[in-house]
Amino acid sequence: MSNSTVTLKIDGVEITVPEGTMILKAATDNGIRIPTLCALEGLSNSGGCRLCLVEIAGSPKLFAACITPVSSGMVVTTNSERLKEYRKMTVQLLLSERTHVCSVCVANDHCELQSLANELGVDHVMFERKWTDYKIDSTHDFLVIDRNRCILCTRCIRVCDEIEGAHTLDLKMRGKDTQVIMDLDNNWGVSCSCTSCRKCAKVCPVGAIYVEEEPLARTKHKEIAEFLLARRRR
Amino acid sequence: MGKEIVINPVTRIEGHAKITIHLDDDAAVKEARFHVTDFRGFEKFCEGRPFYEMPNITARSCGICPVSHLLASAKACDAIVGVNAPKTAVMLRRLIHDGQMIQSNALNLFHLSFPDLLLGMDADPAERNIFGLIAKQPDLARQGIRLRKFGQELIEKVAGKRVHSADWIMPGGAKWPLSKENADYLRGNLPEAMDITLKTLALFKKCLAEFAEEVQNFGNFPTYYLGLVTAKGGLELYDGNIRVVDAGGKIVADQLDPARYYEYIGEAVEPWSYMKFPYYKPLGYPEGVYRVGPLARLNVASHCDTPLANEELKEFKKLGKNGVVQSTFLYHYARLVEILFCIEKAKLLLDDPEILSERVSAKAFVNNYEGVGVAEAPRGTLIHHYKVDPRGMMTWANMIIATEHNNLAFNKAITQVAKKYVKSKQLNEGMLNRVEAVIRAFDPCLSCATHAVGQMALDVQLIDAEGKLVDRKTR
Repeated sequence: MSNSTVTLKIDGVEITVPEGTMILKAATDNGIRIPTLCALEGLSNSGGCRLCLVEIAGSPKLFAACITPVSSGMVVTTNSERLKEYRKMTVQLLLSERTHVCSVCVANDHCELQSLANELGVDHVMFERKWTDYKIDSTHDFLVIDRNRCILCTRCIRVCDEIEGAHTLDLKMRGKDTQVIMDLDNNWGVSCSCTSCRKCAKVCPVGAIYVEEEPLARTKHKEIAEFLLARRRR
Repeated sequence: MGKEIVINPVTRIEGHAKITIHLDDDAAVKEARFHVTDFRGFEKFCEGRPFYEMPNITARSCGICPVSHLLASAKACDAIVGVNAPKTAVMLRRLIHDGQMIQSNALNLFHLSFPDLLLGMDADPAERNIFGLIAKQPDLARQGIRLRKFGQELIEKVAGKRVHSADWIMPGGAKWPLSKENADYLRGNLPEAMDITLKTLALFKKCLAEFAEEVQNFGNFPTYYLGLVTAKGGLELYDGNIRVVDAGGKIVADQLDPARYYEYIGEAVEPWSYMKFPYYKPLGYPEGVYRVGPLARLNVASHCDTPLANEELKEFKKLGKNGVVQSTFLYHYARLVEILFCIEKAKLLLDDPEILSERVSAKAFVNNYEGVGVAEAPRGTLIHHYKVDPRGMMTWANMIIATEHNNLAFNKAITQVAKKYVKSKQLNEGMLNRVEAVIRAFDPCLSCATHAVGQMALDVQLIDAEGKLVDRKTR
């Protein structure tokens, strides 16, 4: 990253940030909140969840703020009626794609998808729900993955690869059938690369990966990536 | 086809039901059937879920007594992990169970049944409800609401939420202890709850004479009774073993292990109802009719461990022969005695310093592949039976819900009422009210019992000997 800076407008506020900064970071650092699910400080950005979509003046396209770098004179809108509608729809699509039943979920009251749905006013799902029935993998001593609750944000994969360095987790299949897998699609209990570090459970925004019998409130610690990076730099 | 008369939906039963009354060749009532028409399938869709989710999932079968499901389920999970919950956890579980019993029994009495009893069975349906009761007897209605609130607060202060406090319970105990502040608050509210209960009991006993006809005709028939009792045969709601008594008061089986319920309880299925028909195996089906719930519990119990409830139990038992009271109408009375028992028990628990101990959980994972949990829900004996794989995933579940046990008895009770009140080939309002009231006396929870969802709608059909519909009323 060079030392030069860029000045742009986000929601009418003039902001100066280093060149190469992503719009999401520029906004967040200046107190403008953009809803996100897959983005996490300390991890690379994947632009997968599409909740941080913003409008940029002069383009009819929408841009994912987490992977779009700022440029000089850019005029960004983060919260128009159109964006609100799209975000609501995106959350509904996430809810309809698998089996999300908040009332009996381990993550109830500690779920980023649930709180986002509340924040955006998603009080029903207009799409037909898929009600997937993936088998739960609880073969690990204490880590469990329930793929029916997974929103494919890939935070677990990135934290495992980029912070822990194990790269136990990855994806298989495509589209709605995409699934998080361990090693070459083995049961978690027989994974030879997993270090049982729990970082995947700490960063999972929903109740897909959790520590058995441990309250989610205690497990969740999504700042772990940023924290570990800071420690390493010392 | 007979004419269909629609009556405004004044419905104070939980669930969705239909009643058919079958006539013989002489147009006399032969039999009445209670059909439950919804299906939910909890036992099936639980398969594949981790066992520790079961308290949370099964509690969702009912919003009225989720605590009973939580406890029966947690006890089944305790059996799977193979540990005993610490003493304080058991005390706290008992405490929320007392709260559950108080609030549910108060709900049935004050909100659902007193409108019939105090405003009259033939009062205008538009007024025969809790609002009518508030208008006519505001103090009594207020007291009922206060009493129910006390029960709800017992649950909330211990387990965090009034309804579906599933975060608190866990296999092997509970997740957090009771704070001193909350214990003090609950202790402070005990005297008012006690005062309301004693006053209501006195009032109920005073007006009992006015209901001599109902006592006589409301499901007044001999059956067996089944319920949990302590090791010494006292009234028990959370633990203990099963006792069965016959209509004459003879103990036919005692201290049966509830975990082996399948040795003495069979489950039959009829094509016309989604509610199963449990029966007492030694008598066979359909002869093995038994009743559960408040009336049955007082019938099977030899005594209560608390002084005031014990006195009331003695008085109650005098209404029957050899201490066994047959009339379904007297479920209401039994409910009041139980509320008193639960308030006394709650006081004992709250006065014990150990209730504040911070050691409330024992940790373990799957050690047994099967577990049974049994507790007395407000409406009767509740059984949860689970099987899991070595990783704790559910492979099979069976639930016998309190209301189900009474299914055979329902049919007997409505047959009795129909025989008494259906005098022609037409259904009249008074008859309909009494059929509804006899069901209400059982206080069925049909959503639980079928593990089904739906709004209560009573649909009564009169069917002649050729199977032709002669009259029908819905509400």
